Amino acid sequence: MEILLIIVSAIFVNNIVLAQFLGICPFLGVSSKLSTATGMSGAVCFVITLATLVTWLVNRYLLVPFGLTFLQTIAFILVIAALVQMVEIVLKKISPSLYQALGIFLPLITTNCAVLGVAINVVSKEFSFGGEAHLLGLGESLVYAFATSLGYGLAMILFAGLREHLAGNEVPKSFRGLPIAMITVGIMAMAFLGFSGIV
Amino acid sequence: MSKFSLITKGLIKENPTFVLVLGMCPTLATTTSAMNGLEMGLATMFVLILSNIVISLLAPVVPDKVHIPVYIVVIATFVTLLQLLMQAYVPDVYATLGLFIPLIVVNCIILGRAEAFAGKNGPLDSALDGIGIGIGFTLSLTVIGIVREILGSGSVFGWKFLAGDGILAFVMAPGAFLVLGYLMVLFNKLAKK
Amino acid sequence: MVLCLTAVCLVCAALLGGVYLLTAAPIEAGAQKALNASISAVLPEGGELSEALSAEADGVSFQYYESRKDSLVQAYAVKSTTGGFGGPLTLMVGVLPDGTVYNTSVLSHSETPGLGAKCDQDENFMKQWRGFGPEKKLAVRKDGGDVDAITASTITSRAYTKAVLQAVNLVRGFSGMPVDAVSGATKKTEE
Repeated sequence: MEILLIIVSAIFVNNIVLAQFLGICPFLGVSSKLSTATGMSGAVCFVITLATLVTWLVNRYLLVPFGLTFLQTIAFILVIAALVQMVEIVLKKISPSLYQALGIFLPLITTNCAVLGVAINVVSKEFSFGGEAHLLGLGESLVYAFATSLGYGLAMILFAGLREHLAGNEVPKSFRGLPIAMITVGIMAMAFLGFSGIV
Repeated sequence: MSKFSLITKGLIKENPTFVLVLGMCPTLATTTSAMNGLEMGLATMFVLILSNIVISLLAPVVPDKVHIPVYIVVIATFVTLLQLLMQAYVPDVYATLGLFIPLIVVNCIILGRAEAFAGKNGPLDSALDGIGIGIGFTLSLTVIGIVREILGSGSVFGWKFLAGDGILAFVMAPGAFLVLGYLMVLFNKLAKK
Repeated sequence: MVLCLTAVCLVCAALLGGVYLLTAAPIEAGAQKALNASISAVLPEGGELSEALSAEADGVSFQYYESRKDSLVQAYAVKSTTGGFGGPLTLMVGVLPDGTVYNTSVLSHSETPGLGAKCDQDENFMKQWRGFGPEKKLAVRKDGGDVDAITASTITSRAYTKAVLQAVNLVRGFSGMPVDAVSGATKKTEE
């Protein structure tokens, strides 16, 4: 039951883009076409889940026992940067077709604050999904990270769909490009507010 | 480029928020009030100036292949420094801005300036560039914060001039996107005449 | 290349280690000061404060402090946490031995700015807890109680009320008084 609450909460109620404002730059940057948006969502999904797994372990077994939690930010960003590089190399060797699909997005992900944001959130913030407030265990963290990245993909793909339609419309000059995109996201965020209170 | 224009270009011509559209996450997330926007801007400016100076000094000695990791380490160091100092001396502000302080590390403005400017210029110019862009960022955040605070809570910098609750949506997530969108339109209209 | 990266990392780590040692004391002192301020805000003046104690009620463990005057306990300060709208909501609740709330203060919350976050700013909401006696029911009006909720923030108000109720129940347990069931507070329908 709690797992279900985590998933619904992470995808809809606290949507990472529309409610938490994480990962906005790539969200705006690669959402002009549906196909690139799908590719980016896949890559983010993969990296967020993997990065959360590694940073959670690093935090629990390296930083906490040695009293080094103040180095969290620096350690996490290095872990994520190294991880992204490694994923890129491994993917190139093992599955060239997957690399073709996700490859160009991977370097962009290091500076995607969604990855670092989720990694920091799961180790430092207490969550209360209907029950007692507590820090997440490894399993819950992974579910949360994966669901959050699904939420990212959902917002991104919906937004890309809207933007493809926008492209064909007559938009006043000052609104063209990002301003109208921003207002579109605002209206989407308002729609997502409807989910609040479910969990 | 004159020293003076290094500082002023961040205000309009290379405004990080409205023209370069960088660092959107803190811009949207922390501008629920004018004060929060101002504090976030100053925190980012602190990291930006220091990392710009250090990177401009390091750039000539760092091999090309590892320059990005080195920049990231330098930026992350200053962010951690900022975290520690804020926790020690302004814990309330630290609690309000929360996650977005550590996330300065991945703010594209900072790595962007390191790559585009500090890596190629001397420490003085880089410091001035950091100040200019930092002021531009801080001002943009404060303006967004002011607009959202007026519409959402009927106050400015905590000074309440309208009774009642205001339009709550502007304090919440949708308002952030809408206000930024309309301010961009306004900026386009005024700046590109 | 590797040498350069290692050198940069070492210098940075050394710098941070130094600053950490310098700021550790003020950070600790600041946290302690905030805790003490919240404790003294919720207790009557002039008592002698005990060390942190802990007790269990309903299977949940609570941290609390006793304030004694002439070796008699005059009030308790109980730290109580519940799930709010945006995350955990932690209060310090001052309770007199007869179960009357003396005062409350918010230790930490992650409620929506402008909505639930008003729980530590809204005068009318905060004021009502002073002297909230056992004759009144600890539940928001919508649930048939006597607590005035913050406008448009029923979930936060429920969570706040539940946290107060937990603290009151703990103290009632000390004095062997009957406790109210902690219910309704977790119901989430709208905010």
